[in-house]
Amino acid sequence: MIITRALVKRYGPVTAVGSVDLDVREGDRYGLLGPNGSGKTTLVRMLLGLVYATSGEIEVLGRRMPRHAREVLPQIGALIEEPAAYPHLSGRTNLTLFDAAGPGGGTARRTRRRRVDEALEQVGLAGVGRRPVKAYSLGMRQRLGLAAALIRRPRLLILDEPGNGLDPRGIRDLRELLAGLNEAGVTVFLSSHLLAEVEQLCTRVGVLDEGRLVLQDDLAALRAPTGRIVLDTPDADQVAALLDGQVEHRDGQQLLVRYSDAAALNTRLVGAGLRVSSIGAQQRTLEEIVLSVTGTGSDHIAGTP
Amino acid sequence: MIKVELVKLLRRPRTWISVVLTCALPLIVAVFITVTHLVPPPGQGSAFLSAVLQDGALYPAAALALVLPVFLPVAVAVVAGDSIAGEATEGTLRYLLVRPVGRTRLLVAKLVSVTVYVLLAVLAVTFTAYATGVFLLGPSEAAAVGQAPGAGLPGGAVGPGLAGQAPTAGQAAGGAVTSLSGAPLSLLQLTERTAGAIAFITVSMLGVAAIALFLSTITDSALGSALGSLAALVASEVLVTLNAATVVQPYLPTRYWLAWIDFFRQPVFWRDIQRGFGIQALYVVVFLAAAWANFSTKDITA
Repeated sequence: MIITRALVKRYGPVTAVGSVDLDVREGDRYGLLGPNGSGKTTLVRMLLGLVYATSGEIEVLGRRMPRHAREVLPQIGALIEEPAAYPHLSGRTNLTLFDAAGPGGGTARRTRRRRVDEALEQVGLAGVGRRPVKAYSLGMRQRLGLAAALIRRPRLLILDEPGNGLDPRGIRDLRELLAGLNEAGVTVFLSSHLLAEVEQLCTRVGVLDEGRLVLQDDLAALRAPTGRIVLDTPDADQVAALLDGQVEHRDGQQLLVRYSDAAALNTRLVGAGLRVSSIGAQQRTLEEIVLSVTGTGSDHIAGTP
Repeated sequence: MIKVELVKLLRRPRTWISVVLTCALPLIVAVFITVTHLVPPPGQGSAFLSAVLQDGALYPAAALALVLPVFLPVAVAVVAGDSIAGEATEGTLRYLLVRPVGRTRLLVAKLVSVTVYVLLAVLAVTFTAYATGVFLLGPSEAAAVGQAPGAGLPGGAVGPGLAGQAPTAGQAAGGAVTSLSGAPLSLLQLTERTAGAIAFITVSMLGVAAIALFLSTITDSALGSALGSLAALVASEVLVTLNAATVVQPYLPTRYWLAWIDFFRQPVFWRDIQRGFGIQALYVVVFLAAAWANFSTKDITA
């Protein structure tokens, strides 16, 4: 769906994006993570033909960009940084104008109106579509921007920081909407600096750090069990004695044990008359994964080798 | 896309407020003249003003001369300067471009929209000024340019040969009126010539618009591009009156701005009008080409 090869963007001496090989497959929910200033927005803008690459190739929906922008872009819904609209016009009029601005001049007015209605409905703005946008809250503007991206029933959504400005409820709505669209066949590519947003929604992640893609993998593979068990027990001393050599880390009542099967370990401990408050396979959080590859703050990642 | 731009233009309050304000200046002037019956003597003050008491039908020409030096260029510079930079600041530019709207197409649509705005402003001034002239200053009796009161000649008659007397544009303004004293214009002729003046002024304003549009593709600041183009006009005005700058004067954008007054001579004095059209066409072509070259290769980071 999106492939880049050795994509580079330099602004004078500053390298905003350095040799990125992005690979987003059809049906993915791809989350591009990275701190602010890591080049996410520049990368997204290059994918959409707004910013021209210094070198490298971009292929979106099987066609080269920006050369084939005219064929590619109509199949993409995009949200780029903040949403934008003409403030003195209503949300509905804004959508109508954006829809009419694109190609497909022959589309019947009724079809266009229905599309706009549906998009407003999808993002939960159906009731306020007639109010001028200047009266909208930031969250409503974000929803309107999303509606604009959805008007044409895109095959691919490219969303730059889509959760910005949304309250927790709005973020949950967004997640459900995107998951639903994805199940209906829409590939979702989003960038974010919010780990939780990506962790809860995405199936595949890329991590951008200072313009370089330092990690790109399926989330499930990244979060595969580490072969260690996290164990909480009031009898920590006895457990440590029993499992001598296998305990990698101890923090009060919590132990990190090298052991493959949590159930077997539990049986063994209980059999030895030791109490277990909680037990489970250790899974690295996305936060730990990201911090380990971006190289900053690694001392916060307790217990991971 | 052109339709979209026109909807945006016509539904924007600023468009109508600026047009109304532009029409208000001639109205205020007309009210003062009606109350005081004081007009500048022929050859002084704004063009045609000295003649409007005798003939209200000349007021559209006087009104255009009133708004041309400042009001129209400011309004046009603001609208054209805002066209790309304003969308960039608002953030809507990137969303238009990914619909997608081709960059060339967007530029063309903006140009059409600005042209419509210029026509709207100029026509609004002309029609309100005609109404003002007829109702406040009195209807046209013989519609003669600079005619003395009571000397009405039959409409349509061409006066004694004055062709050779056409003065240089440097005298401009009221000078045209006195020099043509006695040469009457029929209402039809007056209408034709007013239409010619409107066309000339519109093209002159398009020259301003092209400069502002070009600056609008360079900066993301609508204010910057509007003020930049106005600065260019002020510089041009300064050089036009500077003897030391005679070499460049024929190429300055404002050099022939007042040449439309020659439409009201009998017969029409074409030389400066043609040069004015030519130089404005040159400015339009050069700056639009520059705008296109810059915009179509630009990284959109706003």
